[in-house]
Amino acid sequence: MEKKNHREPLFHIVKKDEASLPLKMLTVALTVLAALLVSALFINFVTKLDPISVYQSMFKGAFGTSRRTWITVRDTCLLLLISVSLTPAFRMRFWNCGAEGQILIGGLSTAALMIYLGDRIPTAVLLIIMFVVSALCGALWSLLPAVFKARYDTNETLFTLMMNYVAIQIVEFFVDFWDKKQSHSVGIINMNTMGGWFPKIFGQQYILNVLIVVVITVAVYIYMRYSKHGYEDAVVGESVATARYAGINVPKVIRNNVLLSGAISGIAGFVEVAGISHTISNETAGGRGFTAIIVCWLAKFNPFTMILISAFIVFLDKGASQISSDFGLNEYASNIITGIILFFILSSEFFNNYRITVHKNRKEGE
Amino acid sequence: MSEAAVSMRHISKAFGKKVLANKDVDLDIYHGEILSLLGENGSGKTTLMNMLSGVYYPDEGEIFIDGKPVSIASPKDAYDLGIGMIHQHFKLIDVFTALENILIGLPKQNSEKKCRKEVEDICSRYGFELDLDKKIYDMSVSEKETLEIVKTLYRGADVLILDEPTAVLTPQEIRRLFEILRNMKDDGKAIVIITHKLNEVMEISDRITVLRKGENVGTVLKTETNEQQLTEMMVGEKVVLNIARDLVEDKAKRLEVKHLSVKNKEDKLVVDDISFDLYSGEILGIAGISGSGQKELLEAIMGLQKCEEGSSVIYNSTAHGVHELVGLSTKEIIQFGLHLAFVPEDRLGMGLVGNMGMTDNVMLKRYRKGSGPFLHRKQPEATAQKIKDELGVLTPDLDYPVRRLSGGNVQKILVGREINNKPTVLMTAYAVRGLDINTSYAIYNLLNEQKKKGVAVIYVGEDLDVLLALSDRIMVLCSGKLNGMLDGRSASKEEVGYLMTHLKEEA
Repeated sequence: MEKKNHREPLFHIVKKDEASLPLKMLTVALTVLAALLVSALFINFVTKLDPISVYQSMFKGAFGTSRRTWITVRDTCLLLLISVSLTPAFRMRFWNCGAEGQILIGGLSTAALMIYLGDRIPTAVLLIIMFVVSALCGALWSLLPAVFKARYDTNETLFTLMMNYVAIQIVEFFVDFWDKKQSHSVGIINMNTMGGWFPKIFGQQYILNVLIVVVITVAVYIYMRYSKHGYEDAVVGESVATARYAGINVPKVIRNNVLLSGAISGIAGFVEVAGISHTISNETAGGRGFTAIIVCWLAKFNPFTMILISAFIVFLDKGASQISSDFGLNEYASNIITGIILFFILSSEFFNNYRITVHKNRKEGE
Repeated sequence: MSEAAVSMRHISKAFGKKVLANKDVDLDIYHGEILSLLGENGSGKTTLMNMLSGVYYPDEGEIFIDGKPVSIASPKDAYDLGIGMIHQHFKLIDVFTALENILIGLPKQNSEKKCRKEVEDICSRYGFELDLDKKIYDMSVSEKETLEIVKTLYRGADVLILDEPTAVLTPQEIRRLFEILRNMKDDGKAIVIITHKLNEVMEISDRITVLRKGENVGTVLKTETNEQQLTEMMVGEKVVLNIARDLVEDKAKRLEVKHLSVKNKEDKLVVDDISFDLYSGEILGIAGISGSGQKELLEAIMGLQKCEEGSSVIYNSTAHGVHELVGLSTKEIIQFGLHLAFVPEDRLGMGLVGNMGMTDNVMLKRYRKGSGPFLHRKQPEATAQKIKDELGVLTPDLDYPVRRLSGGNVQKILVGREINNKPTVLMTAYAVRGLDINTSYAIYNLLNEQKKKGVAVIYVGEDLDVLLALSDRIMVLCSGKLNGMLDGRSASKEEVGYLMTHLKEEA
């Protein structure tokens, strides 16, 4: 039989040791720098603009005025809250893609309470009621996929995803139901009375948003790291067989943690409706339930790392819309820059785990 | 000797900085011979052969085929050079037939009829028995292995590498396999067998190359060596292969298993009406070909399997009283002092949590202890430190993820934890799987100590020599049935081996 020899390949990918923390941070810093350089080239070649001024404009978009800074903080908090909500489910390898729907249902219940009770009971009491009800509604929205997963091991990705569309339809129904002007929108709820709105604290509008998110983030961290239930959650995520072997009631753990995940997403809907937009539409979740999946993964399920990553993503988002208005670029151009930066960060993960060896003295094949 | 079919020179391969899988290895493989690659788990046998079959690429060194330098960057390159490897885990597609599996991925040059003829020729030439139209999911392990070999031959391999081919075969099937290997050798094929079983090495090979910690420690001719010498080459020091077996006089019945039956998902009986008693102060060995119901039997006792109607496990201990275990939850059974140390093939799959450190793993069965919703880590931490010191677990610190530790250390943590839980009944399955010889003996000693303390020990093992040396009684399972209960001190290996494969006629 004829034997064919092959040319030695140019390079190989080799696994390397886990990098130390400073080294990892250095890698991240270098990747961001590299990403900025590549984006600068892109900006220069394609749009003929000065990259420095584009970056300045991005920064201005996120932190240009104190109001903009607060909006960046507010949006970071919301994204963080949704990412934190995914954590108990994700750590158990329950891929909850239903945050969108859970946010919508949480937001819808909040809107309903604002409409029907907004002007009847004191805002402080109403806020507590809305907090609890939105959490319950979010949990309720995750109940079905949770029970089916625990009982019949159905695929939670598809199930939670489809629940989103059901939620969208329900929200659209109620938007038309509440819409008095035939404008297909609810408008700002309680515009004049501000019933059920987050109150200003120290003259600032978004302090309560920050407080709620910080408390929940810390609580989830403590829950996962130090509580017995959090421990069960981690064991189930690693190996169902090991969990059963340790006498853990696996279906119960799955159910409870998915409900917790849904509840926090529901609260995110409450924060969005009562604390930010004061309205409800099928755009209320705005894709954040999916963005949060990226945040969750990049942070490796660590709530504190999520703060940084949510802030970064919101920064890119704000910066991107600023440059499109400052320089008259359409939004695709700014999306490309955001894309380049995210792509670099994701691939830095690869270089943290692998290195590439190049074969210098290549042997020629026959 | 003539020119080597394959020569490997100065081959090194590292995974990260810490793991040096192969270091400066030289190896020659000749046509018309069977070479055994012998070494303990983790000695780099499979890695070395994976570089020959294109799975890995060497960091350093050269490979020559028929004297010419070559570069093997993918399994396809390896096939093109006539090298085929049969991996431990078969790479077959379940819903395809044997013939479809052979032809898959090959360019369609000939009609199926012609291919079938060619495959049949190969089968008859070497003595394979293979139904080409049988689907993979209907095949036994032995048939799958046969198919893998035929597939490799059909693709033109004349250097065949078999990774632990006998691990899952019965003695009869091993004999058939060896006949075939001899036929192929006579036909001029070069054959490499990766193994750690000494008796098989002595039976089949012409030459033996021993690897230790990634290095080639020497090649010997079968005719000029013996098992003792090979063991010493593998371990690197003189080993006394001697297991203590004390007789504990004072015995009490701990478990009374009656008519225990378990069905698997396909509704087949995997544990079929098994009844036996287990006493304190004894080691009950369980022998059987892998998959004869050992795992399911132990899991059923632990409440991890659903038992069929009529099954009964009466548990009797001084501390916890008398209980029927069937129907209780695993949580309750653990609290009664029954502990199962099951070491699955991938070690971490059941029993330990890979991403957690020693402390959190030690806590696995006791995390509920203490009041309040929060974990109490103090006590487990002390226990983890104790296990680390007493068993000599090598870990950077107690929070270092156990999946990054070597197999021996992982197993010490697992067995150490179960012993530390002060069991009344301790069940271990494959406790020494993949361990080096010295660590294995450390585990045997631990089990013996438990026995002397009055613990009732069940030991499911793979190595018959060890089972015969360690157990007070040996229970033999065959196809899920209890096929014989022998006295450990008087039973012979042949007797046990026979019972493992020959189901007694129903009376």
